Amino acid sequence: MGFWDRFLKIDRRWVFLVVWIAVVIPLLKPLGLPTHITPPVKKLYDYIDRMEGEDKAVFLSFDFDPSTMPELLPMGVAIIRHCFAKKIPIIVYGGLYPQFVGMAKMAIDMAKTDFPDIVYGKDYVFLGYVPGLSLVILSIGESIQGTFGNDYFGNRLDTLPLTMHVDNYEKIGIVVDLSGSSIPASWVAYAYQRYGCRIGCGTTAVSAAQYYPYLQTGQFVGMLGGLKGAAEYEELLERNGIPTGRRTATIGMDAQSVVHLLIILLIILGNIGYFYVRRRERRA
Amino acid sequence: MHISTNPWVWIAAILTLAIYSFLYKDNPFYKFAEHLFMGLSIGYGAVVLWYNSIIPRLWNPLAHGTSPSRFYLLIPIAIGLLSFGIFSKKYSWLIKYPLAFSVGAYAGFSIPVTFEASIFEQISGTILTKQMMATPWLAISNLIMFVGVITTITYFYFSKHHKGLLGKSARTGIVFLMLAFGASFGYTVMARISLLIGRMQFLLHDWLGIIK
Repeated sequence: MGFWDRFLKIDRRWVFLVVWIAVVIPLLKPLGLPTHITPPVKKLYDYIDRMEGEDKAVFLSFDFDPSTMPELLPMGVAIIRHCFAKKIPIIVYGGLYPQFVGMAKMAIDMAKTDFPDIVYGKDYVFLGYVPGLSLVILSIGESIQGTFGNDYFGNRLDTLPLTMHVDNYEKIGIVVDLSGSSIPASWVAYAYQRYGCRIGCGTTAVSAAQYYPYLQTGQFVGMLGGLKGAAEYEELLERNGIPTGRRTATIGMDAQSVVHLLIILLIILGNIGYFYVRRRERRA
Repeated sequence: MHISTNPWVWIAAILTLAIYSFLYKDNPFYKFAEHLFMGLSIGYGAVVLWYNSIIPRLWNPLAHGTSPSRFYLLIPIAIGLLSFGIFSKKYSWLIKYPLAFSVGAYAGFSIPVTFEASIFEQISGTILTKQMMATPWLAISNLIMFVGVITTITYFYFSKHHKGLLGKSARTGIVFLMLAFGASFGYTVMARISLLIGRMQFLLHDWLGIIK
């Protein structure tokens, strides 16, 4: 049995091991590869940045669970930090499904460590879960107080300065939805098409390709795609002097680049082996 | 190296390793972690639903409220309770009513806006206007997109043999489809590796404290 025959029949666990090594080594010894900013991320960053001093709030919806946390949580933390640094009021929503609330809570706790002067109720409000899925998105267009009643901690929304002022999409500058599912499309359908509220999206890399058409039509203001999008947003915060905390997405991007090169190499070798063996068998 | 002393971090780390042990082969540790995750996930969802929805939105208004309109809540409760008919052979037909209500309501409010968001807006986004030809690069980019959309749609037109002009268009459509699949594959690799990176960061940073 020749090299290519053995290569094509290699136990997949060796591939797993090589991929694992390719991930761990750059984490232990970072390569410091540069992060280039792409237009979709810049547009979202700039849009939020321009809201500084405006009378409107950012509405950040956490529509993901721990299965997509490595990609989406850094986005949430970065956007909250951006708002805290620029004193842009932000309403953090724990998402359309009950499992998502914990992610939002975690992001707030991680983001607020560097901003001791941020005041709950005035600078940010945390909304918990209410049932209704798409109906919740529609209902926010009528009244946030009527939809939620209380915040995550049980405070009545009509007693908090931020939600007394911001009660529907009219006072929301942008909804940013973080999700690896089809939920961002629901925000487009119900919040943008129905109420004209601008939408931004942070999504997993696996879903990013399906959302580019929304970017092209202007239905999304901007988009963060996967770990790369999160790393770009962290980079923009850094460049603008905003505290970023531990840049988990940026740290992961070195490993991401190395593994991509490895996968490309494996695909090329696999194809060479496949065509070589097929040609040899045909000749035989 | 600062190994975590937090027991929850240790539990999470051990469960992570148990899940990854499946890559070697199926084993009882993986099975245990998988079942634990399923149970916890459902239990967590149920608790959040109970304390964020049932108690404040149904129980409190009905038990402690004073508004006469609170009794309207009994209507959705009654419709919802019909769902439990599924557990009885004799009364399983009752589930048709909550289902009919849900399907009707969702179809009613979602069809018009979905058409607007996913069809009309997307079609208008592919129409070539002067604005879309403002610069040479934009013009080339939008022309490629226009050709891609038209040829890909013709590939999915099955009422006529793919011969002649239609055949050529459909074959061009396949090229665009392959490009789209390639982009999706690349993004999928990125997504899956990101999950591994996330877990490795947790193990090496939060648990073992090897990396900063």
